Amino acid sequence: MNLLWKTFPKGGLHPRQMKSRLRGKALWNASIPALSIVPLLQHRGEPADCLVHPRDTVREGMLIGRARSDSSCHVHSPVPGIVKYIDEITLPWGEKTPAVFIELGGEFNRLGKAVHTYPWEGIPGDRLLTILSDKGVVGMYSGIPVHRKLTIPKGKFVRTLIINGIECEPYLCADHRIMVEKAAELVEGARIAATITCAPRRVIALTGDRPDALAALREKVREMKADIEVRALWSKYPLGDERQLIKAVTGEEIPSGGTALDAGAVVLNAATTLAMYEAVVLQKPLIERSITVAGRAIRDQANLKVRIGTPLADLVEECGGFTRMPEKIIVGGPLTGWGLSELSAPVTKTTAGVLFLSPKEIRNSRRTNCLNCGRCTRSCPMGLQPEAIYKWVEHSAYEEARGEGILDCTECGCCAYACPARIPLVKEIRAGKMILQSGGV
Amino acid sequence: MKQEIFVTSSPQIYDDASTTNIMWSVFFCLMPAAAWGVFSFGVWAAAVLCTALASSIAAEALCAYLAGHPGTLWDGSACVTGLLVGMTMPPAVPLYVPFFASLFAIGVVKWTFGGLGRNWMNPALAGRVFVYFSWTRAMTTWSLPGVLRGADALSAATPLGFLKTGMSQSAEFFRTPMEYLREHGYPRSLLDGSISDWLNARLLEPLGISLPQGYADLFFGFMAGSIGEISSFLLLAGTVFLLARKILSPAIPASYFGSFGLLVWIFGGLPLGGEYFTGDILFHLFTGGLILGVFYMATDIVCSPVTVPGQILYGCGAGFLTFLIRLYGAFPEGVALAILVMNVFVPLINRITRPFRFGAGKGARL
Ligand code: SF4
Ligand code: SF4
Repeated sequence: MNLLWKTFPKGGLHPRQMKSRLRGKALWNASIPALSIVPLLQHRGEPADCLVHPRDTVREGMLIGRARSDSSCHVHSPVPGIVKYIDEITLPWGEKTPAVFIELGGEFNRLGKAVHTYPWEGIPGDRLLTILSDKGVVGMYSGIPVHRKLTIPKGKFVRTLIINGIECEPYLCADHRIMVEKAAELVEGARIAATITCAPRRVIALTGDRPDALAALREKVREMKADIEVRALWSKYPLGDERQLIKAVTGEEIPSGGTALDAGAVVLNAATTLAMYEAVVLQKPLIERSITVAGRAIRDQANLKVRIGTPLADLVEECGGFTRMPEKIIVGGPLTGWGLSELSAPVTKTTAGVLFLSPKEIRNSRRTNCLNCGRCTRSCPMGLQPEAIYKWVEHSAYEEARGEGILDCTECGCCAYACPARIPLVKEIRAGKMILQSGGV
Repeated sequence: MKQEIFVTSSPQIYDDASTTNIMWSVFFCLMPAAAWGVFSFGVWAAAVLCTALASSIAAEALCAYLAGHPGTLWDGSACVTGLLVGMTMPPAVPLYVPFFASLFAIGVVKWTFGGLGRNWMNPALAGRVFVYFSWTRAMTTWSLPGVLRGADALSAATPLGFLKTGMSQSAEFFRTPMEYLREHGYPRSLLDGSISDWLNARLLEPLGISLPQGYADLFFGFMAGSIGEISSFLLLAGTVFLLARKILSPAIPASYFGSFGLLVWIFGGLPLGGEYFTGDILFHLFTGGLILGVFYMATDIVCSPVTVPGQILYGCGAGFLTFLIRLYGAFPEGVALAILVMNVFVPLINRITRPFRFGAGKGARL
């Protein structure tokens, strides 16, 4: 640990990382699924309009869902094949969306072909934005379409561009592998983002406990003579959250209810930056992503490059099957991810990992009365008092909960993770937020 | 297969600490010091501990049943309270005293407010103070540990009580409490001499300091006192474990010891006729149940403040009060009262030390 590594000042915690055996595992290509399930809603906003019909033939990377409006995003076919049917599915986070079921068949037009690079330098920012929107690039955690995020409204300026390589959630290592294996592409992607945002200061931020990624990135930055700072920070959860990361890097706080732009910053994840590179330089739509498959209930933990739309059941097979029945199947990280009941859901653009956990890893225990211990308050990075908010929501006193700052909660999960009484703080807070945001009290 | 897997909202994993394992960790960390009490004071001490434990368990079971939440025994909090009540009893106390202390602790202090987590005072301390005022005589009759017991000294004062009575009776001046104890023949173990000599020869002499005789007795627990408070050494050993597991937050003990030690050092010499900055910190740290009180009662997670600044304020307040009561008050042992008084202020402290909201600072134009 280095005392000079900065982090955010308030709250946060150090969950067990569980990454030591995963960090060293190189990304490998998972096999292409025989049947892909491609949801038309993989982003924040409206679903895309379906462009295909059953029995249509689709090519790899072909547009199959067209953005319905500005708050929507294109969806491309991850594999060549034939559309079997179109059906409604439920996404891990409970939203329902139509999805295109594609049976594999025919020829790949990218896989195994020579790559052509597209000379992007000199192209103006708005053209680059159009490319990103055409290729369906979204934030690989948040699902916010990147062209929307990078469109800077008049009167706002970006002072700092931050490439987020923090990946502070336990287990997840896919971003780490990207930084190690694709450092050059990442730096190039960062330069594209810098061109679009015109940010005078560009920072690649990652935690200091990963010397291999730090070295790789620093070397590439030097080689490519890019004007980018590679910055080591002190790992604390949730440093990967935009708010905490901006605070740690620039010292500015996003005002309550504001966005990153209000603090003069734009934050892009490492995986997102790589997708931007591929979209612009390789002209490749967003049809695959890196994920981590981990947990004690799966035989081979791995970092994989998978096609979007791969059903989770295929991943289990890819990783050698279960060693025992998992207590929980989690899509995403263990602190913010969603618990699933079955394996039929597919990998989407925002799936950073799939975890199969044993009871020992979950460490649940019986619920008791609140002890007033204050662990929730001390761990809250937003300076809230989760236990007080919880009590208001429990008594349906939503306006009081608003006064306690319920809408500032980022649902990072720290409070409920730390609570010894196992009170479902985040669950209640989320319910209260939903009621307040939908306006019905 | 579908039925066997939970669907849950985030977070999906939890910290090691749960109510149960916090309580049982505290319980087992208290055990060595309690065992030392039994070893020093004999079977009766064991009977006192068992009475306190059994009656607190029984009271908890009964209250939980009446309140309609049976099954709270497993969480261990009643056992911790019972054990603490027992450990704060003088070793020769009649058995009805710990019985009523536990009953009061669990039945009145804990359950009239709704059980675990709802009480605003440390139950064990409140129980102890209750019986102290009800049966003051029984609660102030002490005896010496077996190793020190001479033919005549079956009952004896605690070092602090000894000093206190002595000071009120005689007009002589002594520079330090240890000198007073020595002059007036407070019993000392054989071990003390050898430990002090060894320390002085091996460790301290090269550093240019020397440890007067007598402190080793206080530290290892060869003195009169409550069953569980005498061995600071074993209590501290348990504390190390609790601190390492992050069950204790260090802010309260640090500020408590800091403020108390500072005040004792500055003013502690005065009542003995000494000067400023001559107080005997070591003597005051290892007597009067301070270690037990600070680490196991002031830090009680239920009734201590929530934020770190609040905890520091609370620790300083408790340190100050302990100092006041101990050096100038009527009771030699100020720890229990000081902590109870600070417990009362916790809601206020929590209110004035609320955390600052993220993003509500200068950037937020509200
Ligand atoms: S989930 Fe919300 S209330 Fe809980 S720690 Fe995170 S920001 Fe604070
Ligand atoms: S962490 Fe849990 S038990 Fe502790 S104060 Fe918060 S809600 Fe209560």
